[in-house]
Amino acid sequence: MNYEPVIGLEIHVELKTKSGMFCGCPADHFGKKPNTATCPVCLGLPGALPVPNKKAVEWTIMLGLALGSEIAKVSKFDRKHYFYPDLPKGYQISQYDQPIARGGKIGDVRIHRVHLEEDTGKLQHATIDGKKVTLVDFNRSGVPLVEIVTEPDIHSAEEAREFLKKLHRIVRFLGISDADMEKGSMRLEPNISLRPVGQHELPKYKVEVKNINSFRFAVAAINYEIERHARILDEGKIPAQETRGWDEARGATVSQRSKEEAADYRYFPEPDIPPMRFTKDQISNIKGQIGELPDAKKGRFVRVYGLPEKDAAILTDTRELADYFEACVKIGRIPAQKLANWIINKKVNIDDVLPAALILSILKAQEVVDVPPDLIAKVLADNPKAMSDYKAGKQQSLMFLMGTVKRQLPKGDVKIILDMLKKELDTH
Amino acid sequence: MKGSTFSSSDVVKIAKLANIPVSNDQADELARGFTKTMTVVDELTRVDVAGVEATNQVTGLENVLREDEIDTSRMFTAEQALAGAKRTHNGFFIVDQILEEKV
Amino acid sequence: MKFNTLTLSQAVEKLKAKAISHAELYHDIYEAIAEKNGELNIYLSIDDDALKKAQKLLDTPLAGIPIAVKDNFLTSGLPVTAATKLLEGYVPHYESTVTKKLKEAGGVVLGKTNMDAWAHGASTETSDFGTTKNPRNTKYSPGGSSGGSAASVAANLCVAAIGTETAGSIRQPASWCGVVGLKPTYGRVSRYGVIAMASSTDSPGPIGKTVEDCAMIFNHIAGKDPFDGTTVPKPVPDYTNNLKKGVKGMKMGICYMDHPKITGTDVAHAIEKAGKVFEELGAHVDIVPMSRVLQPGKVFIPDYAIGVYTVVQRSEVSSNLARYDGIRYGNDRSIFSHEAQNRIMLGTFTLTKGYADRYYVHAQQVRTLYRKNYSNLFTTYDLLLSTPSPGYALPIGASSGDPLFGELQDILVEPSSLAGITGISIPCWIDAKTNLTLGLNIMADQWQEEKVLQAAYAFEQATDWNPWVKS
Repeated sequence: MNYEPVIGLEIHVELKTKSGMFCGCPADHFGKKPNTATCPVCLGLPGALPVPNKKAVEWTIMLGLALGSEIAKVSKFDRKHYFYPDLPKGYQISQYDQPIARGGKIGDVRIHRVHLEEDTGKLQHATIDGKKVTLVDFNRSGVPLVEIVTEPDIHSAEEAREFLKKLHRIVRFLGISDADMEKGSMRLEPNISLRPVGQHELPKYKVEVKNINSFRFAVAAINYEIERHARILDEGKIPAQETRGWDEARGATVSQRSKEEAADYRYFPEPDIPPMRFTKDQISNIKGQIGELPDAKKGRFVRVYGLPEKDAAILTDTRELADYFEACVKIGRIPAQKLANWIINKKVNIDDVLPAALILSILKAQEVVDVPPDLIAKVLADNPKAMSDYKAGKQQSLMFLMGTVKRQLPKGDVKIILDMLKKELDTH
Repeated sequence: MKGSTFSSSDVVKIAKLANIPVSNDQADELARGFTKTMTVVDELTRVDVAGVEATNQVTGLENVLREDEIDTSRMFTAEQALAGAKRTHNGFFIVDQILEEKV
Repeated sequence: MKFNTLTLSQAVEKLKAKAISHAELYHDIYEAIAEKNGELNIYLSIDDDALKKAQKLLDTPLAGIPIAVKDNFLTSGLPVTAATKLLEGYVPHYESTVTKKLKEAGGVVLGKTNMDAWAHGASTETSDFGTTKNPRNTKYSPGGSSGGSAASVAANLCVAAIGTETAGSIRQPASWCGVVGLKPTYGRVSRYGVIAMASSTDSPGPIGKTVEDCAMIFNHIAGKDPFDGTTVPKPVPDYTNNLKKGVKGMKMGICYMDHPKITGTDVAHAIEKAGKVFEELGAHVDIVPMSRVLQPGKVFIPDYAIGVYTVVQRSEVSSNLARYDGIRYGNDRSIFSHEAQNRIMLGTFTLTKGYADRYYVHAQQVRTLYRKNYSNLFTTYDLLLSTPSPGYALPIGASSGDPLFGELQDILVEPSSLAGITGISIPCWIDAKTNLTLGLNIMADQWQEEKVLQAAYAFEQATDWNPWVKS
């Protein structure tokens, strides 16, 4: 039986704001000693209250706009309840029925919604005095997190990776997150199921996969699941609706928990946070801050600078690189294509070398120096056989002579050297 | 639960959601109390609320947001953060090992 | 005289005039506490260094006077328990905005007062540390949940106190203890650092010996707080300014007079008398009829507010108490008392999938009807008059066994708490036999505390119900 994978993605992106989603603790938690960046709010102490980060809200709107989503006129936060040691309040402040953005798409994959919430603390297993324990660090608690959910429009692991890469690029272009999967500032949970080819209804089950922290693992995990589901379906059974974890060591997903009934999060509107109302002006203001997105920029580089698509793609991989390239072009001394080749092939360190400095070094490398006639005479005198070979009609002797001159005069212009040699040879 | 009468197994289900350990005796007593309480609550169904918006907030405030700035005045040292806990280890809070993955 | 019997206003004046010293004042207070706290069980913790702190504060608005604070406020260095064993021993490292502001104004937190555990109740009997007794008659309850604070004022074991009201928890104990309790408009006073009960109605407020005392405290705790997103950025007037304005020309409406819980009782009689006092002072007083459906010009029956409050409060409580898992502070959840378990679990149920619409959302819709009703009445009336409690303080023990005791006791005051409007309870009757009191609940629309205070002041000055006011 031929099956079609039906895949939806749930992606979390940590915003790189200065401070937390609901408090003024630093959002930058990576590598800090445990529990050194907390306050009553993100530690969930009695009596603490949340106040939302304006920038986090604006950046979520900005992401929604970049994805072509519809921005809500009125939005609010809701409490999502569950008990877990890394969730200090026993509920996560998230968004339920009035997310900041709905709809949008990347390529052919439709976005279902984009909403804003807070991150949890971090857990670590350990054994202390022979007893198995879990250690809890709340530095990450309260960091702003954007959740992007797609429609189940993805039909292969490759398509999933394409989507992720594009989203990754957009997020980094907007400057709102480092979106580093290995560091956890971008996290992915695919939902995977299979249906017979030709069927249009959604399958009656889906499996969620966690613990994926690279694009490569994402592809491997999705492909593993597709195979696993196909085997089960071929037996006439239906794969269990559950959550599984990717185990890189085994190269397989492992069952974590049965998900027969969806958890009851007992959502209700967050009473401590007044609702938000976004005006048209506010939204168009944020839209104005977006600038050109990666795909559009790549297209423009092809059109305007005449670059091959491959080069344009490399140069528009990050906003910094694209801006650098254009700054170099603007200086006007070196044509765009030559600059592109130079930057791409010579692996220029754009953080260290200013555009002006780069232009100077290219020019220097191109510098034309005078070709001393003595050098021409000397090379000819030292290579009588080449001279006679040339006169006998062997063109490559000319190239040999040119090469000899150039070795002693690296900055000599090839055309000029050839002309001078020919002149000498012909008059001799 | 049918209507608003509670059995002790209903109570046990709720207790699990609420993360409160209850014994069977407690469950029985609570079930009786809930049933009694809900008869008062069920009176509300008599009130016609067609077209009425739910009140979530009474202040009428909107858009109460803060600037994205670090507030050192409220930050705790690790010592202060851990001060209230019964079990800590090397700067971490401790719980018995979690076997279940989070919901 | 014993200086602990001074009002706030008198104490500040005498201290600044150097007519009395802090040492003398605190001596009398500590002496009274030593004498009475054992029996009355008002304070759960006391700051033994209070005097030292006070002596540095003469040149401040509150001049170092001792304030009793309900033990659901986090005060740095003093324990906070919310009267529960779950938090026993917890000493916080941060300060609530209200107590911070009081300290900045020169007040001293003398100690933390007993309350219903987690504020779940209307008698202080659900405290894990034993009930508080009503100072006016120790066989009776002081009310709740701010029973300890109200009793502390009534027994002169402080100069003023702070409580919180979620539905009646300031006004009802004030009426049972014969003192003054102001419930500010929701959003007027910061909830930051107050252990949350029902986030959408919790209102911290002053409990004091006189209306002026309450106004003085209120001046220092009102105002927008950047740490509490539900506080409103309205300017804070000087609430003591207009106290003497009187009530001439004010339109007042008496509510719930025809409610079966109070018709024919002392309560109805006391309110009626109070109405006559206001009329004599130049106000125009009507009786507002009740109606079973929302109707302009009539007050919506309060009975549905019981169901609304039960659902909304328990739902929000189940959520607000989810953070008490014993990992970062306190003990684990097996320590919750029966009452707390009860509320958390019922509140969990009313939010579950399949029931949330039928219970939580529906209750919040009925709540809107109460808000609309008050808004409508306040287009006609400046003030509405009622009582916080359907009767006198109940004997200790009366609340046991009834899972809805608190909600039933607070029936007449729940609608106004749910609507977020302001109200004050002032003594308006004393029963000679039992020495118990009744309170008059004067309510105004949101942000109209000045009107409430000015009417309460006028009544207080024109009558003899307040032992600290010589008329």
